[in-house]
Amino acid sequence: MTTNERADAPAVTTATAPIGAARLQPNEEIPTVVTEAVFETRDLSVLYSGFRAVRDVNLTIRRGEITAFIGSSGCGKSTVLRCLNRMNDLIEGASVEGEVRYRGVDLYDPAVNPVEVRRRIGMVFQRPNPFPKSIWHNIAYGPRVAGVKKKSELDDIVERSLRRAALWDEVKDRLDASAMGMSGGQQQRLCIARAIASEPEVLLMDEPCSALDPIATARVEDLMRELRDDYTIVIVTHNMQQAARASDMTAFFGVEVNPNGDRRTGMLVECDTTATIFSNPSDERTENYITGRVG
Amino acid sequence: MATVTVDAPTPRTADASSAQHHPLQSSLSRGRRTRNRLANAWMILSLAIAAVPLLAVLVVLVVKGAGLIASTDWWTESIPSNVAANAFGTQEAQDAFGNVGTVAKTEEVVYGMQPAIVGTLLTTGLAALLSIPLGIAAAVYLNEYGGKNRSASTIRFFTDVMTGVPSVVMGIFVYTVWVLNFEQSGRSGLAGGLALACLMLPVVVRSAEEMLRLVPNSLREASAALGTPKWKTTTRVVLPAAMPGITSGAMLAIARAAGETAPILFTVGVVSATNFSLFGQNTTLSAQIFSNATQPGGESIAWGAALTLIVVVMAFTLAARFVSSKFAVRIDQ
Repeated sequence: MTTNERADAPAVTTATAPIGAARLQPNEEIPTVVTEAVFETRDLSVLYSGFRAVRDVNLTIRRGEITAFIGSSGCGKSTVLRCLNRMNDLIEGASVEGEVRYRGVDLYDPAVNPVEVRRRIGMVFQRPNPFPKSIWHNIAYGPRVAGVKKKSELDDIVERSLRRAALWDEVKDRLDASAMGMSGGQQQRLCIARAIASEPEVLLMDEPCSALDPIATARVEDLMRELRDDYTIVIVTHNMQQAARASDMTAFFGVEVNPNGDRRTGMLVECDTTATIFSNPSDERTENYITGRVG
Repeated sequence: MATVTVDAPTPRTADASSAQHHPLQSSLSRGRRTRNRLANAWMILSLAIAAVPLLAVLVVLVVKGAGLIASTDWWTESIPSNVAANAFGTQEAQDAFGNVGTVAKTEEVVYGMQPAIVGTLLTTGLAALLSIPLGIAAAVYLNEYGGKNRSASTIRFFTDVMTGVPSVVMGIFVYTVWVLNFEQSGRSGLAGGLALACLMLPVVVRSAEEMLRLVPNSLREASAALGTPKWKTTTRVVLPAAMPGITSGAMLAIARAAGETAPILFTVGVVSATNFSLFGQNTTLSAQIFSNATQPGGESIAWGAALTLIVVVMAFTLAARFVSSKFAVRIDQ
């Protein structure tokens, strides 16, 4: 399938799972729903202490693609991303309206266990945040929490994850060294390896390269392209070149300011193939942003 | 160039300012330079004055106490009853400190302090065992679960109030609630441990909470994003990251409790024989300083006990330093 075909494809079939299936529990198989959509949001709004930070996002994120969220600061890209694995739950005063479906399951159904959601949907943050532990313990952390106890099995997971993150050759001789002693780029790849080690189905990346230099950025982007075969990736980025280089689909977020000028609410302007967004966007605001006239 | 520094300009005469002026040379006016010198002198003088009492105490302690401490008897023998006899034979002393029995005067005095050393370690150890796990658990609740809700704010407020409560109040509290009601023999190491635990608890809670607050939120997020339940995030990431700070806070609380006198007088009693049990009357170093200092012939024992106490407290502090440096992990961001 090429990206062009997808651009013309009709909205993805929505398959609503039966209510009884809305329960995500450890080791429970999600019934295979015939859909390409991994995430679908319907009129998704996020409120911080009653104030609407993002409104009415309708978005479909498809399996096996890299979807990039772009837009100026404060337009709610990260906020929407954090809805996809319920990380917003950890922020005091944050609440969500509308619907987020993950493979047909409503993520905000009261029966859904957010811990299980996060196990299946991994996340990499803006600033590398390794634990102040050894490299080995950083990678093995997720599997151990999930109940893997055997040292040999954990060793396997650590090696596989580090190889996957193209970090193995650099650190294989110092797995017992503290992760805090690594360079920023290595730390970020370690965080990616750590996310992979838990074998998530989706990888969410919140500006993963904003704290890295161009060389480290290129390595992370190479890594994303490699991981694309196995994971659905959603990446928030400030860097338009990065979105253009690395992603299949691009969602452009904009900001609207209220008449008083004191409240800014983010919204999704448009979402299309990256090629279309960067060559022939349908919305004027997208074009202004892409061409650098605004933002 | 090398000879010219901005911080310490070479002294200039009054008319030098109009003479050749190097661009790197300070152009401060004479008045400002004078004020700068005065301020420096004032700071150094303050430091010297503040250091005098500290050094004096230390010197006097060592001079007066070192001789006793250096002997093996001091660490292995009972407290000499014949010295304290004058004091503890009297009716007032028995009323105040409990009956210590009739003591016979002997010719030779063996200076020992083992009962008080053992008693100090027992009561402080018990207090640490009671207050540190409880205090850390309370701090975890306050910082990780309670946050800004009403019950957490209430607990935090009363913990702050408790920190300021004089130790004698804790002593009378344990005396009334525990010593008078539960124990036939009255005072014991157990009761002293309880009083010290009450004293340590708020200190441990607040210092541990501060340390937990210093753990960057990004670590909690990183753990949560891997599908970790909150309690596992707390026990596997947050607490280990905060442990060096929590340890040194707890050690300081222990050191403080070891030196407490007032609550010990109510609750532990005074004996001159070593009691390894938590039950039955006991004694501590601070109590021995108090009871010996005013007795004829007892001053030297008081000095020795004081120096021993400082040595014990310093050992705790050094242990705290060692533990925290050993487990220190760098937390950036």
